[in-house]
Amino acid sequence: MRTTTRLLALGAVLATFGLGGITPAAADNQHLLNVSYDATREFYQDYDQAFTDYWQKKTGNTVTIDQSHGGSGSQAQAVISGLDADVVTLAVASDIDAVAKAGLLSQDWQKSLPDGSTPYTSTIVFLVRKGNPKGIHDFGDLVRDGVQVITPNPKTSGAARWGYLAAWAWAEQKYGGDRQKVEAYIRALYQHVPVLDTGSRGSTITFAQKGIGDVLLSWENEAYLAIDQFGADQFDIVVPPLSIRADPPVTVVDKNVAAHGSAALARAYLQYLYSPEGQTLAARHHYRPAHPELVTDRSLIAAFPKIKLVTIDDPIFGGWAKVQAEQFGDGGIFDQIYKPAN
Amino acid sequence: MAASSTRSTSPPTERRRPIIVRPSVIPGFGVTFGFSFACLGLVVLLPLLALFLKAAEISPARSLAILTDPRTIAALRVSFGSSIIAALVNIVFGLIVAWVLVRYRFPGRRILDAIVDLPFALPTAVAGVALSSLYAQNGWVGSVVGHLGLKVAYTPAGIVVALIFVGLPFVVRTVQPVLEELDKEQEEVAATLGARRGQTLLRVILPRLTPAILAGFALAFARAVGEYGSVIFIAGNIPFVSEIAPLLIVIRLQEFNVPAASLVAAVMLVLSLAMLLVINLLQLWSRRRFGDGV
Amino acid sequence: MASERNGWRSATSEAPAVRWTLITIAVLFMLLVLVLPLANVFVEAFSKGLPAYFRALSDRYTLAAMQLTLLVAAIAVPVDLVFGVAAAWAIAKFEFKGKTLLTTLIDLPFSVSPVIAGLVYVLLFGAQGWFGPWLSAHNIKIIFAAPGIILATIFVTFPFIARELIPLMQDQGSTEEEAAISLGASGWQTFRRVTLPNIRWGLLYGVLLCNARAMGEFGAVSVVSGLIRGKTNTLPLQIQALYDDYNLTGAFAVASLLALLALVTLAVKTLLEWRYADQLAARRGH
Repeated sequence: MRTTTRLLALGAVLATFGLGGITPAAADNQHLLNVSYDATREFYQDYDQAFTDYWQKKTGNTVTIDQSHGGSGSQAQAVISGLDADVVTLAVASDIDAVAKAGLLSQDWQKSLPDGSTPYTSTIVFLVRKGNPKGIHDFGDLVRDGVQVITPNPKTSGAARWGYLAAWAWAEQKYGGDRQKVEAYIRALYQHVPVLDTGSRGSTITFAQKGIGDVLLSWENEAYLAIDQFGADQFDIVVPPLSIRADPPVTVVDKNVAAHGSAALARAYLQYLYSPEGQTLAARHHYRPAHPELVTDRSLIAAFPKIKLVTIDDPIFGGWAKVQAEQFGDGGIFDQIYKPAN
Repeated sequence: MAASSTRSTSPPTERRRPIIVRPSVIPGFGVTFGFSFACLGLVVLLPLLALFLKAAEISPARSLAILTDPRTIAALRVSFGSSIIAALVNIVFGLIVAWVLVRYRFPGRRILDAIVDLPFALPTAVAGVALSSLYAQNGWVGSVVGHLGLKVAYTPAGIVVALIFVGLPFVVRTVQPVLEELDKEQEEVAATLGARRGQTLLRVILPRLTPAILAGFALAFARAVGEYGSVIFIAGNIPFVSEIAPLLIVIRLQEFNVPAASLVAAVMLVLSLAMLLVINLLQLWSRRRFGDGV
Repeated sequence: MASERNGWRSATSEAPAVRWTLITIAVLFMLLVLVLPLANVFVEAFSKGLPAYFRALSDRYTLAAMQLTLLVAAIAVPVDLVFGVAAAWAIAKFEFKGKTLLTTLIDLPFSVSPVIAGLVYVLLFGAQGWFGPWLSAHNIKIIFAAPGIILATIFVTFPFIARELIPLMQDQGSTEEEAAISLGASGWQTFRRVTLPNIRWGLLYGVLLCNARAMGEFGAVSVVSGLIRGKTNTLPLQIQALYDDYNLTGAFAVASLLALLALVTLAVKTLLEWRYADQLAARRGH
């Protein structure tokens, strides 16, 4: 009897402690949930700290920011399914479009912030083993015999879709727009992919930590981060002659901030990304800032290699709405061509 | 007032079947039974029902497509195949460990006995990161077997290693009590009849342990099939090679393809229950054939 | 053995060579499979030194994960306890039709993969689930929030205490309870003063194992959690988050905490068995 009573009492005490810590105050407007994609963990760790300090100095209020990371597509679906995001900082505009379509934010979201709500851009590069033993220099090399390519799942990851489109752009150029040949190339490419992780971070871990594959189709910033983490003696970055400008946009989730009373805070949080501090932090984390002129440390800007970049609005693509439906939707081109390597 | 004890004293041949519940002086049957059944229904049965109903919602054509998808079949094959191998390894070594713990005295026996339960108490994620770091190319064990040209981490072998870890206590803990209760008389008789020790072990003791071994196998196998946390860190998660069924379910969920996830889950459940049924029947047969070991 | 020193060996034991080979095999196997991973956790956790270890543990997100884990266990274990005691009472003290069915149903969560345990609650309470629309209309969050995690954990740990108590109470029989009733005690009094003292060590043992599992559950929770750092990450999920952040030392630091909990559980369990072996009749009944 005593044992059971004591155990129950202990449980009640712990529950009270726990409840006190977990339940947020009802009208807590000094808290934000930032639902982001997989590669931004380190960036937002630093950025959240910087913003918290800035907000403290500006308003005297302490703000807590929680982060959730995962494949961009999965994160968007999670927000639609009830994940209480105040802001979403995802990898592709069509993922935010999906959230808008579900009624959680305005369809005109992209106009609400400068530069199409994209404070920084990135691109897709190749991360290879040190010395580039398989001699991979361009997208054509990815389908050579014996080359294994690591890239995430386009159904769940933003990086995967950008990589797919970069390869598509190369094939369009190589085959002069011959649709059949382009699709044959993409089909061949995915036959060289042994495993599709759900997010870019998962793919980086598969390639860099687990040692699977010969080349990683990676966010530019993620490739630099991998070298920082695992050592410059492990990997090389190969920049293809042609790649795609990847635009990871950010926006406020209007419905949720209305419910939380955090609209002003959320807007300020995103606007700070465009400030000199925000842009410098982005550059430091190997993102290409939308306003490089605001970055005082010029060496950060000079470090970015010059690449010929296509954009999503290029005629071959025609914008995200078209591409998402045609390529990545249910029964789209990816579904038709994807037959995993046996 | 018939104060009936739960230990029946009526003649063994005649057993009056209780109507629903045998009358007893002890109160509280209604409350406790009703409460347990209600809890069970709400917490376990209702959710499982939702699973099967959701899986049944899918059109037959789409169901067939999902079920015959080579990736689904491969994932089920990897899960069930690795689980059988791991459970078999656990039978061999679990038997040895149980034998050693019961029959021999040696320094550290108590500690060994206590450690057997480690996989019960250790969270699967902890086991997962530990095993993956241990068996990676530069890990303590991985580097050693690497010299022999073997790769463990991120291969199907890694999955088996993780499943051996989670399944070991089941075999040991089911065989141990039976071994402890084993009457040495039969062994002595066998010895006096001229059997060598090896023959006695094989033909007198082992059969009597068979029901317990099968029970342990069943438990280890059931646990291994559903295992997720310890496996995903050490497996390569490569479809068709080292992707386990629970991971496929999670991936389908992350793609927000709930129908596919539910279908794979339902199939997994039915398959494991079927295998458990088979093993339980085997166990029943062996019990009748070899006796209960006592 | 004394007789062996005289050159005699008992007919029911093996040659010393065989004995020691078997012992060596058993010990080496256990070392390789069980002890080595455990040691690895602690070595990796402390590999960057003590200050880094404590820094990793006092990280804001890890502390929040600890709180959530404690909360989940604090709710799941008592629920399992109440259910376990009720079910054990019904099964052990009475004879009724369908007893085997009830026991089999209680064992059901053991045969279900933890991932499926999480999935079923998404099917019930997720946005497209049976109760999804009703829940979001009333702004109640279950999936992607603590309640979902608690429910999934309860599912997984449901049978633990029941399975511990049922064989124990069956072994102990009902004669004492019947005597108490016939002497005029009420049902509740009988339970409190006759049954409970008899089962208390088995109960404690069951609670310990249940708690270890509740705190360590990973698969079920990862499906229902939103993986929100600081909000819906339990300690096991935090291990994965740190691992994905390339923070191996942090991941192992958190892992070492849970490993410590496992060791404490084992130590208390050994102590209980040592001192109260006769009252843990079914201790090996897993």
